[in-house]
Amino acid sequence: MKKFLTSTVAVSALALMLGMTSARAEHAVDPNAKPGGAITITYKDDVATLDPAIGYDWQNWSMIKSLFDGLMDYEPGTTNLRPDLAESYEIAPDGKTVTFKLRQGVKFHNGREMTADDVKYSLDRVTNPKTQSPGAGFFGSIKGHDDVAAGKAESLSGVTVVDPYTIKFELTRPDATFLHVMAINFSHVVPKEEVEKYGADFGKHPVGTGAFKFAEWTLGQRVVFERNPDYWHKGLPHLDRITFEIGQEPIVALLRLQKGEIDVLGDVIPPAKFQEVMADPEQKARVVEGGQLHTGYITMNTTMAPFDNVKVRQAVNMAINKDRIVQLINNRGVPANQPLPPSMPGYDKEFKGYPYDVAKAKALLAEAGHPDGFDTQLFAMNTDPNPRIAQAIQQDLAAIGIKASIQSLAQANVIAAGGDKAGAPMIWSGGMAWIADFPDPSNFYGPILGCAGAVPGGWNWSWYCNKDLDAKAAEADSIVDPAKSGERAKMWSEIYGKIMEDAPWVPVFNEQRFTMKSPRMGGADNLYVDPVHIPINYDNVYVTDVQ
Amino acid sequence: MIAYLGRRVIQSVLILLGVSLITFALLYLLPADPVRQIAGRSATPETVENIRRQLGLDQPFFIQYWHYLISLLSGDLGRSYIQRSEVTELIVSRLPASLLLMVGAILCELAIGLTMGLVAAVRRGTATDQTLMVASFVGVSAPQFVVGLLLLYVFAVQLGWFPIGGYGTWRHLVLPSLTMGILGAGWYARMMRSSMIDVLRQDYMRTARAKGLARGAIIFRHALPNAILPVIAMIGIDIGIFMGGIVVVESVFGWPGIGQLAWQAIQRVDIPIIMGVTLVSAFAIVLGNLLADTVAPFIDPRIKLR
Repeated sequence: MKKFLTSTVAVSALALMLGMTSARAEHAVDPNAKPGGAITITYKDDVATLDPAIGYDWQNWSMIKSLFDGLMDYEPGTTNLRPDLAESYEIAPDGKTVTFKLRQGVKFHNGREMTADDVKYSLDRVTNPKTQSPGAGFFGSIKGHDDVAAGKAESLSGVTVVDPYTIKFELTRPDATFLHVMAINFSHVVPKEEVEKYGADFGKHPVGTGAFKFAEWTLGQRVVFERNPDYWHKGLPHLDRITFEIGQEPIVALLRLQKGEIDVLGDVIPPAKFQEVMADPEQKARVVEGGQLHTGYITMNTTMAPFDNVKVRQAVNMAINKDRIVQLINNRGVPANQPLPPSMPGYDKEFKGYPYDVAKAKALLAEAGHPDGFDTQLFAMNTDPNPRIAQAIQQDLAAIGIKASIQSLAQANVIAAGGDKAGAPMIWSGGMAWIADFPDPSNFYGPILGCAGAVPGGWNWSWYCNKDLDAKAAEADSIVDPAKSGERAKMWSEIYGKIMEDAPWVPVFNEQRFTMKSPRMGGADNLYVDPVHIPINYDNVYVTDVQ
Repeated sequence: MIAYLGRRVIQSVLILLGVSLITFALLYLLPADPVRQIAGRSATPETVENIRRQLGLDQPFFIQYWHYLISLLSGDLGRSYIQRSEVTELIVSRLPASLLLMVGAILCELAIGLTMGLVAAVRRGTATDQTLMVASFVGVSAPQFVVGLLLLYVFAVQLGWFPIGGYGTWRHLVLPSLTMGILGAGWYARMMRSSMIDVLRQDYMRTARAKGLARGAIIFRHALPNAILPVIAMIGIDIGIFMGGIVVVESVFGWPGIGQLAWQAIQRVDIPIIMGVTLVSAFAIVLGNLLADTVAPFIDPRIKLR
């Protein structure tokens, strides 16, 4: 029997009982929301591109989500998957075939209807090496991906257009993360004719099916989105217009927010002003706090002496005073004891991790043959607060006799040193730390803790490679039955537990997000710290001062 | 004159070539892989190599440099690694803002600097003179980042006379121009003062006073025109200082010029933009110096071009 699934496990179970009907009901819209109004958001950096195949920074990530749609998305403010351009989907029992039924009547901003051919075209485009997409690697489980990646084929053989509203994917292996991959920006649907019209400049002239359509881009000054009146999701978006003002220093942006000139700080509240803002009840009331899928960690190069000795790595884990580091960042985070952040499925609440215990750390170091410690290097990014955090780590290490010299470098240089096997004994990940691409525990493994990432130029900076865990990870990811998602999460908890026994990392803290908004902004708090639409969910927020 | 100009143009081209070679080499030697930046953290090794090949970054250094020069000749500065737009387009779209800021800054520094220098020279040795010279010293030494934020806080946030950063109207231009101008004003005040003192010491000044001309007429009609010319000739050299200043000032005020573009590109190791902005700045500086040297003999006949 085939399983017919929709958004959540509960709904899919219901669908099963009803005998394969899919949930066609429109997604709920906030009844308090008033349509209309315009808001202004500021950013320090230029918007790099609005091409969904290329954009890969947290600034354009959610802008692209508002201009384009994918087959899947998440319920606003949550990490719960649900169909988006797809109306329903079905996964074959072997987990290797996934068929999506598309919504009918969805139109691109140029007026043409979106069909299954566009979905296929978009995926062929993103995986084609000529596109130079940073996301091409996410589609590795689709049949034919390797041929396209190698330039031997132009089209993914595993993607078949059954009819204009049905598309079938064949996978080389069961892949529990596949539906998440269908929700990331790289799989969002683009119209071929517009891509061909603008070529490499499509990212400056984006045309999608999203809630907003692109209206204006004045280089270096502003980007403007306007409501898409034909958006398929009735009742959305609420706002008529969003203006992104570019090139605003966060400190200047904060002053403007305080004066009521802008509505949302796109960048973080400047660290130097954070305590002042939080000490003022009126301003504090406009700050929304939320978790994010982030972990800051110290890597130890497991192929380099003395970090090739697990006891040394465990000793370092016990030497770091995480509470003090969290204080250093004005309590904008919570101490971490495992790689996964608390809001990620698979996070083990019972796990205690290594205690902060200097005496025990010293004893372990002596056991490992270093009673007097040793000299090493700690690499860190050179932007605040990372040098200060590196100094705190340096002091903690000194307390057990490890003399670490700090190499404070530009981001790209630290990344380069981490990707070189003989490059960096220790790295503080701040400023480059892992933020999940999608809310699934596997996303914290492969590139940063698995063997696949332990290659020159890779992101596994501790060069930790445990073949048994790789096999276990593959096994966990082959569990595609949503009814077994609890079992799968448990397997992942065990994998991360094992990793912590080997201690290639010191997990230090999980960063919290603080979004500051003007008093006129409406909508549930979780829309302002949306785990996927970062920093805010543009489609669902509204203003309260429209008539 | 023509031979001199020809020689100077050839020298300038050689300087620009040198700048391009040194910048290209420095960026090449940077221990950061631009392809990794483009490919992102989820890319497979094949994707990374594919991108490297397409961008020609697998070629030896001199071949890469040669290709860059060839495209440069046709005005093509390449495409940004991060933004994927043409660097020429990015620079051209931001150049007017930087030029506007430069004009504003020159007006500010001349207005403030020349006035200060003039008053100091006329009131030489008095408390006014000393106060002005200390002020000019502070102007020269104060970091522009601090000056910018200070002006922003006082005049935009507290008094509300000007907008808090941004671009568009003359009101937006005032504070960033002033921030840039204060630095130059310090220099001009000092130069103007010494130039004016020199002129006031001349014999014809004594004659003018002996003839019983009014003090105002002596200073404004006879001394000022002679004292101001050598100072004005320095503007060409200012361009170099401006090019350094706009990186800071444009970032503070959110001014959409090429300084801001450069600063963002440096943070993201976007090599084509860094190359492009460096070359455009070098070109502006070389041109400024050339102009300053060429106009000098028209202003001061004692200078001859050889």
